[in-house]
Amino acid sequence: MLKDITLGQYFPGNTLAHRLDPRTKLMMVIIYIVALFCAKSFVSYGILALFLVVSVKISKVGFRAMIRGMKPLIVILIFTAVLNMFYTPGREIASFWIFRVTVEGIWAAAFMVLRIAMLIMGTFLMTYTTSPIALTDAIENLLGPLKKLHVPVHELAMMMSIALRFIPTLIEETDKIMSAQKARGADFETGNLFRRAKAMVPILVPLFISAIRRADELATAMECRCYHGGEGRTKLHVLRYQRRDFLCILLTTVITAAVVIIGRLGY
Amino acid sequence: MEPILRVENLTHTYSAGTPFQRNAIEHIDFAVYPGEYIGVIGHTGSGKSTFIQHLNGLLKPTEGKIYFSGQDIWSSPKVTHETRFHVGLVFQYPEYQLFEETVYKDISFGPMNMGLSEEEVDRRVREAAGFVGIQDALLEKSPFELSGGQKRRVAIAGVLAMEPEVLILDEPTAGLDPAGCESILSEIGQYHRAKHNTILLVSHSMEEIARNAGRIVVLDNCRILMDGTPREIFSRAEELTRIGLGVPEVTRIAMALRARGLPVDSAVYTQEELKEQLLHLKGGNAAC
Repeated sequence: MLKDITLGQYFPGNTLAHRLDPRTKLMMVIIYIVALFCAKSFVSYGILALFLVVSVKISKVGFRAMIRGMKPLIVILIFTAVLNMFYTPGREIASFWIFRVTVEGIWAAAFMVLRIAMLIMGTFLMTYTTSPIALTDAIENLLGPLKKLHVPVHELAMMMSIALRFIPTLIEETDKIMSAQKARGADFETGNLFRRAKAMVPILVPLFISAIRRADELATAMECRCYHGGEGRTKLHVLRYQRRDFLCILLTTVITAAVVIIGRLGY
Repeated sequence: MEPILRVENLTHTYSAGTPFQRNAIEHIDFAVYPGEYIGVIGHTGSGKSTFIQHLNGLLKPTEGKIYFSGQDIWSSPKVTHETRFHVGLVFQYPEYQLFEETVYKDISFGPMNMGLSEEEVDRRVREAAGFVGIQDALLEKSPFELSGGQKRRVAIAGVLAMEPEVLILDEPTAGLDPAGCESILSEIGQYHRAKHNTILLVSHSMEEIARNAGRIVVLDNCRILMDGTPREIFSRAEELTRIGLGVPEVTRIAMALRARGLPVDSAVYTQEELKEQLLHLKGGNAAC
């Protein structure tokens, strides 16, 4: 049951979307998000939606996986929609008690939901097509200039990749410990909130102990292989921009520019 | 005799409905009778762990039924919960499940969950600790101060203290030194003789199983491949070797002797038996 978490899970593949440089994908997502927040009309949303649909098609991830990934975020979507619906001033069409629904509010809610949904799908498309290791590599590379300001960029990236790498391990471990305690009659499903919180102790204590033990072992293993931080460290897979990377970034930038111009022209 | 545990047409599918779907066990029929000592052997990935986790209701069968003392263990949530007290399961590396401040409290976790009186819990904790050779002085220590072997014993005691009718141990000797393996197995044997309960011992090691179990079950490729007495199983030594499971050293010697033309029964699996046969053979030759 815990194993079925799919939020942003990487689907290996060999499409254009998978082969792009991870830095390119990261930049494209950032530019795309900017464009989303500049979009104000049907035309501009249409352009951005088309861009997203084409990208998903190219990646072969499939729309079902995209929709499934959205599920945990439905609450946030509904919450935003409701807030926008009630708190936008304008022409009133219905009201009850202290709530007023306006035409403008409905439009604002629809656009906001569309915007967030597209934002999430765009980001998911990146995490679906990029392995976590490649992604942290990209972040480290893009944040490289901050090293001049003594920001420990390499260490942060290393921590991030270790954290990502251990998520599945810890999930598996939690599953195992839970089964072991259930075999001794532990009950996690019944009782009030306090009792249930207390029932977590037999899981959390062994889990923390094993996490600390693993961290300790990993640190020893890294030291045995002479790891001493980012200074002078070279990479096995050096990131290099290709022609397709420039083209993709150019395309995203052009689309963003188009969206901004369309907004200015008032369509 | 009525079986204490009965498995009917058991199938389990992991990640059903996703691209990662696969069967861990397929159509298993199996019965355990009171007082048996059964060895379960199979490769990594043969479905052993999945299989034993069904026997005490930790995993729900995708298909098929499991009966404890004639009652379907999934007939109600209460029955499922109770089954876990009747069928004790010691996981692989059980020392990683210890969590209490003292050894005593940790062993008493199971009996406390059963809702027993304090005196009864106390009696069971001390008795279980005694079976696995944990002295009273250790009971008030933190389990995290103990050595690896002692931790393993405490964890096993935690299951023994529930006094289950059926005790399942998943590779209880994994990662221990030979002396530690030997003493844990002999403690389990003593417990079996004292309590006359039913034991299922899962192991990789044919030696371990040959020496202890009265009946052996071989799992291969999600199914039960063989089920019988050690003699019956080891008489199919070629087959066992073919699927990559070894036979005990003694059996291998007997097989080699047989291959060289000596009339030795190759299904022997203890040193005494082989010795007797060889002496008999020698005696026979001397008579000629």
